[in-house]
Amino acid sequence: MSSVLAQAAPAEVVGSSAEFWVFVVAAVIALATAISVVMLRNAMHSALMLVGNFFVVAVLFAVLEAQFLAVVQIIVYAGAIMVLFLFVLMLLGVSSELTFSGRVRGQRIAAVLAGLALLIVLVGAAAGPFLGADAICPAPETAGDLCAGLSARNADGNVAGVGRLLFTDYMWPFEVTSVLLVIAAIGVIVLGKRHLEEDTSDVGVSTAAALAAPEPNAPRGELVAAGTDGEEDQT
Amino acid sequence: MRGVPIGWYIALSSALFTTGLIGVLVRRSIVVMFMCIELMLNSVNLALIAFSRLHGNLDGQVLSFFVIVVAAAEVTVGLALIVNMFRLMGSTDADVPHRLRS
Repeated sequence: MSSVLAQAAPAEVVGSSAEFWVFVVAAVIALATAISVVMLRNAMHSALMLVGNFFVVAVLFAVLEAQFLAVVQIIVYAGAIMVLFLFVLMLLGVSSELTFSGRVRGQRIAAVLAGLALLIVLVGAAAGPFLGADAICPAPETAGDLCAGLSARNADGNVAGVGRLLFTDYMWPFEVTSVLLVIAAIGVIVLGKRHLEEDTSDVGVSTAAALAAPEPNAPRGELVAAGTDGEEDQT
Repeated sequence: MRGVPIGWYIALSSALFTTGLIGVLVRRSIVVMFMCIELMLNSVNLALIAFSRLHGNLDGQVLSFFVIVVAAAEVTVGLALIVNMFRLMGSTDADVPHRLRS
């Protein structure tokens, strides 16, 4: 394949250097924001870093010729899902965590080691075979048909291509998805409604009110007390 | 240097997935653990779309679309559960709910 690259005339440039630089910048920002999500102690800062990560990954989607999913990523992830996260964070008033380490001794080091082992396995097994020059898209005419065909399927536009596939080959999963969304909506309504019926006093959630208010059934009071005891022990 | 091999996208996706996994293992706040799960789902989407481009068809993009839909449903239910847990326990620490153990 290197001989093919060596023969490549300037007219048929393999890939584009613009994609390379966009990938480098986006990859650096994506990794930095992802690590910030994990490292920052304030949950609100983590959420904002996650929004940045979603935007950068949307840029990568657009580079990978998935324009529809890039827009969906911004609308659904950076729009709807992150608004839900921020809404819950502000509703609960979650402040920064005091400590990262859990009950298990050496949990952080073990987690990082396990993550690095998984990273090595994933890069070696999944990314390793495609690191060569023959996995560069769009492939030159002489490089075989590894990634030929996407431009043909995107001839009417990426939205039309995905939509055509979605309403022909994937019709049944698409319908099941609608059922899933309805079930999720009903589940959320049920989950949100139950406690409003039980104790209407503390709709604006406050820990002190939840602790002070005598619960109708005894185990829940014990449960709250046990929870705070455990928290005090750890901190 | 011209062009980006698909393997680089897969490697980036693996790194993002690993970061999310470490976050789930390390963090104690359930909300942040949930965010890390979103990070992992997102990295899998990136891998799916990269492979979709490599193989020259749109099936991977459709699967990624389904992943986004399922993630939206999962987030709504999960955040409702987190709000309920906060009402019950007064905390979003993942170590607080240990009633079944004692």
